[in-house]
Amino acid sequence: MQDDASETIVLRAQHDITRVRRALTLLLTRASAKPTEMTKFVTAASELARNTVLHGGGGTATIELTRERKGFRISTIFEDAGPGIADVEAALRSGFTTGSGLGLGLGGAKRLCEVFELVSSAEAGTRVRISSRVGLR
Amino acid sequence: MADPDLPRREIQIYRVHDCLLIAIQDDLDDGMVIALQDSLMQRIVSSGAHGVLIDISALEIVDTFTGRMLAGIARMASLLDADCVLVGMRPAVAITLVELGMRLEGVKTALNVDRGLELIRRSLRPVPVNAG
Ligand SMILES: Nc1ncnc2c1ncn2[C@@H]1O[C@H](COP(=O)(O)OP(=O)(O)OP(=O)(O)O)[C@@H](O)[C@H]1O
Ligand SMILES: [Mg+2]
Repeated sequence: MQDDASETIVLRAQHDITRVRRALTLLLTRASAKPTEMTKFVTAASELARNTVLHGGGGTATIELTRERKGFRISTIFEDAGPGIADVEAALRSGFTTGSGLGLGLGGAKRLCEVFELVSSAEAGTRVRISSRVGLR
Repeated sequence: MADPDLPRREIQIYRVHDCLLIAIQDDLDDGMVIALQDSLMQRIVSSGAHGVLIDISALEIVDTFTGRMLAGIARMASLLDADCVLVGMRPAVAITLVELGMRLEGVKTALNVDRGLELIRRSLRPVPVNAG
């Protein structure tokens, strides 16, 4: 396989969330990620992709797999030009929702990944980057 | 909003003894869930089934959306006097649900279909499920 791979997926509707999950599953399988590594990362991505569609009014997911000295690093950046998150700290708390969800997605995604970076403003929208090392032997 | 690239399947409902069995193969979306709820509730009433087994062994991912959908189905089934048991959850999914903080309140689980059937036979009544 090629060592590095990257792909951008447009997120507009529910089936685009499925695309992100499938693309990640494919890459993570190629990287020999363990089942738990795979499920954790793809679940986090699924939550963030849904937020991009539901709260951010749509956007993109950019997926990247890079080889590291041992194993691989999987990263995904979610970007939208939506309304932004007024209070990030509150949004990360379990149970906080401005919609009809459970308010678990954002905080849960953070717990499921090694790296979680969130930048959000009313002017620029929301950008979340998650990343984890996988397939270490 | 059907995506032509992704196969759209209806979820089949099977009869196993006095229970109904459905196997979730792939991502649930709103449309599929509504169709499934509809046909499953009809089948519970027409068959008089006392239990429903939802096999999720094919699912590598259960996020908060899917979890919420599954819990909703379990709640509806219990209103029609059918016990609902989630069977075949993968270890990685269980680990991930806990880290997400997803509780699946009121949803019973069993390791596999046989154990699920046993659980229903013993006819344990589910604890009432709270909304959410
Ligand atoms: N991309 C985004 N743009 C704007 N607001 C967002 C975005 N992502 C999250 N939020 C805000 O943060 C809140 C918390 O998000 P979180 O994913 O934790 O919960 P939820 O999406 O409301 O419910 P759940 O994910 O449990 O179904 C949301 O209700 C929303 O107000
Ligand atoms: Mg969410």
